Amino acid sequence: MASRRDFIRISGLGLGGVVLGSNAAYQAFSQTFLNNDRLDLGSLRRTPTYCEVCFWKCAGWVYKNDQGQIQKIIGNDDDLHCNGRLCPRGTGGVGMYYDTDRLKKPLLRVGERGQQTFKEVSWDEALQYIADKMQAIAKEHGPECVALFNHGSGGAYFSRLLKAFGSPNITAPSYAQCRGPREVAFLATFGEGVESPERTDIRDTRCLVLIGSHIGENMHNGQVQEMSDAIDKGASIITVDPRFSTAASKSKFWLPIKPATDLALLLAWIHVIIEEGWYDKAYVEKYTYGFEQLREHVKTMTPEWAHGITTIEPAVIRETAREMANASPAVIIHPGRHVTWYGDDSQRLRAVAILNAILGSWGRRGGFYRPAEKKLPSYPFPPYPKPTRTWQDAYPGLFPLAGLALASGICDATIPAHGRSCSFKAWIVLGTNLIETLPNQANTIQAIQNLDLLVAIDTMPMEITGWADVVLPECTYLERYDSIRENPHRKGQLALRMPAMEPQYDSKPAYWMARELAIKLNLAAWFPFEKMEDELDWQLKQVGLSLAEMQKEGIKTFEREYDDLYFAPDEEIEFPTNTGKIELYSTEFENAGFDPIPKYTPHPEPPEGYYRLNYGRGPAHTFSRTANNPNLTDLMDENMLWVNPRVAREWGLSNEQPVWLRNQDGATSRFPIKVRITERIRWDSVYMVHGFGHEDKRLTRCFGKGASDSKLITRVHVDPVMGGTGMRGNFVTFLTSEPKAEEVQR
Amino acid sequence: MRYAMAVDTKKCVGCSDCVVACQTENNVPIGFCRDWVVEVTDGTYPQLEIEIRSERCNHCNNSPCVRCCPTGASHYSDGGIVLVNSEKCIGCGACIASCPYDARYSHPDGYVDKCTFCIHRVKKGQDPACVAVCPTKCMYFGDLDDPKSPVSVVLKKRKYKTLIPEAGTQPELYFLI
Ligand code: SF4
Ligand code: SF4
Ligand code: SF4
Repeated sequence: MASRRDFIRISGLGLGGVVLGSNAAYQAFSQTFLNNDRLDLGSLRRTPTYCEVCFWKCAGWVYKNDQGQIQKIIGNDDDLHCNGRLCPRGTGGVGMYYDTDRLKKPLLRVGERGQQTFKEVSWDEALQYIADKMQAIAKEHGPECVALFNHGSGGAYFSRLLKAFGSPNITAPSYAQCRGPREVAFLATFGEGVESPERTDIRDTRCLVLIGSHIGENMHNGQVQEMSDAIDKGASIITVDPRFSTAASKSKFWLPIKPATDLALLLAWIHVIIEEGWYDKAYVEKYTYGFEQLREHVKTMTPEWAHGITTIEPAVIRETAREMANASPAVIIHPGRHVTWYGDDSQRLRAVAILNAILGSWGRRGGFYRPAEKKLPSYPFPPYPKPTRTWQDAYPGLFPLAGLALASGICDATIPAHGRSCSFKAWIVLGTNLIETLPNQANTIQAIQNLDLLVAIDTMPMEITGWADVVLPECTYLERYDSIRENPHRKGQLALRMPAMEPQYDSKPAYWMARELAIKLNLAAWFPFEKMEDELDWQLKQVGLSLAEMQKEGIKTFEREYDDLYFAPDEEIEFPTNTGKIELYSTEFENAGFDPIPKYTPHPEPPEGYYRLNYGRGPAHTFSRTANNPNLTDLMDENMLWVNPRVAREWGLSNEQPVWLRNQDGATSRFPIKVRITERIRWDSVYMVHGFGHEDKRLTRCFGKGASDSKLITRVHVDPVMGGTGMRGNFVTFLTSEPKAEEVQR
Repeated sequence: MRYAMAVDTKKCVGCSDCVVACQTENNVPIGFCRDWVVEVTDGTYPQLEIEIRSERCNHCNNSPCVRCCPTGASHYSDGGIVLVNSEKCIGCGACIASCPYDARYSHPDGYVDKCTFCIHRVKKGQDPACVAVCPTKCMYFGDLDDPKSPVSVVLKKRKYKTLIPEAGTQPELYFLI
């Protein structure tokens, strides 16, 4: 009856049974990359690491067998990020090392840019080419015209190189394309950001509110674990999502909100909590600024008002507000992670911050804890030269509250425009597939065509490497040292990553590349240690540790100096905001010319025959970077398009039918995506997991599998506050037959 | 001794970490699996429910796979764990056909393979790899004859079911509901 084969058949009939993993069951696969000897733990040797398959950086151990092959990677029990349990991607990290499609040799472009014709060159030739170009650009345009885009550990060394070279234009898509709006909003409210891992005390919460955040599918390891603990302890979960997410299915309340209206719901919750007197009066009085203005502002924003916008019943809005208030202060309205949706994201996240503030959750058990951090001193390098221009000069008066450089901002400023002071001439791109990461692919490609130099550093041949002039093969995290992990958590911790294996092929660590380039650019003073491990050892010695010790233990934990994980009762606190208080009314936003208290503004709705394109995460993959990993492809090798049965009937779509998608601007998916008819999605939207539809043929496992959402995101709603790129305002329609090649714009 | 496993469908998020952990622990070749995850959706928008289950061999007490095996390769081992002796197995596939749970697969090396409850780990006092890795800690393993084992404790506290009880196989894989 309920066999795997039957389930595949059942789901084919549209009855809702789906086999999630392993999708490849019963398909013979010619290649087995590990030998078939039975595993014997006794013979295994282990090496400490911290995972680099996503940004959560779980510490673990890499186990090798007798033949010196990596057998498995497991979590480090002492690690606060993972508590001894890696997520599926971390467990499957071994596939990153064994992927035979890896970049193997330095490559130099020979044909036209984007034509993917390269020749293999020596490291010296590749690096000399880069150094010469960088020097020529610096001479003619200034060193500021070289920008760095990075994601991941290796970025630290190229950042150092760029600063020494004289450019401050160092950016990561993780800011303007992901979590920037929430950092800006929380900084404006509490004077501190949320950081990573988030300081959410989910473990001890009594009420967790997820608004557009699908914990479990996004697999932010520590949070998934704590949500599970919270369920055990009887905490209630309230999930707001137009899609019936996994988290929604674990929730006491699921609010199937009309997409793009979340801010109205948040304001109505604030209204109810204030009007009913359910807020934390003592906390609000002692710690906050602007409560009366807030009360006045939300006076008319009743649940009935919000109902007309969000379609959520007023009674449900009241009941969930009550649920939060009953749990207060052990309540978390989760700030989320990928929060760049509609361009008013800083304001929406301000509403999230305000709601947390009036319920008194900031600094309280079960709310947001105060993180601790152990920082290692940096080696006393010479001071960096003072740059004369930054990326922001290209945007006079815009994005005043951007705390970090905007990846999209640098991309746009690479396209020459009237009155722009610094058009970028070179990009160094490390560990981020900008073609899939930045919205509006055509724009990214136009920017690239204006460059004198594009260097792509990666472990895999991603789309961006196809556009590069020079490709540098980085070794995987399993083959290198990196900076000691110092992320904040409930206690300070240091974690070591050391090589478990020698680098495969002709790949190298980013530290080595940056240092060799520095030598060629006469910047060796910033890289005095020939070997990275000597620099780490120097740093560790400054705090009475050593590399040898870390190699044995992997992790070092530092107890908190004071018992200050939460605010003490009646503690006097000066918050690092303009007023020294938690600002319900933001003086910072006001001074910069923005609404000091968030207002709801409506967003465009899909035209007839079009559906809002929603996208998100699947637990087996990180961004677009793991789609080719043999172990993870085995779990999920393509994305599917979630379609409501009503819509499927209207269009005559059947399960697993391939369709192509076209958006409101005519952008068309290059590859087909299979339909998954499911009740879990509203009839006004479709949904897919991000990161598929790869166009680089060198990715043999994932080439052409599924559709790329990035290709369909051409309309970008830019957040005026900090420049975040809102990407949820795109609408698609179905094409049931293959579009002509010329219709699929590059 | 009676080994059993319980999976909490209220906490499982369907991440399939249990699947990858099993594959690396037991050298399951890419393209095959000993455990897998099933998701069943019920209802119409917005009145919906999902059950997510991590499934594997049920280590049945009354196993058709053991009964029908012509060579004796499929057998009961310590604590009722059902194992396949790969040396003795001729790969005829009779057991694959007889298992109502579709828990077995043909290994490319010519024998039939399936979940062993990670007996090599259990013997060392460790949990099976899937149980040890699961980020939601939704799996419980132990000896049902020991009232203090995690699986006994949780089955006492919670409502549960087994799959296809009408097949009469007496499964030792329980799903908390
Ligand atoms: S959450 Fe998963 S992918 Fe991310 S660092 Fe941890 S184990 Fe690795
Ligand atoms: S690892 Fe745990 S949460 Fe993930 S699918 Fe398996 S049983 Fe479910
Ligand atoms: S689940 Fe199948 S393979 Fe496992 S013991 Fe029962 S009948 Fe045999």
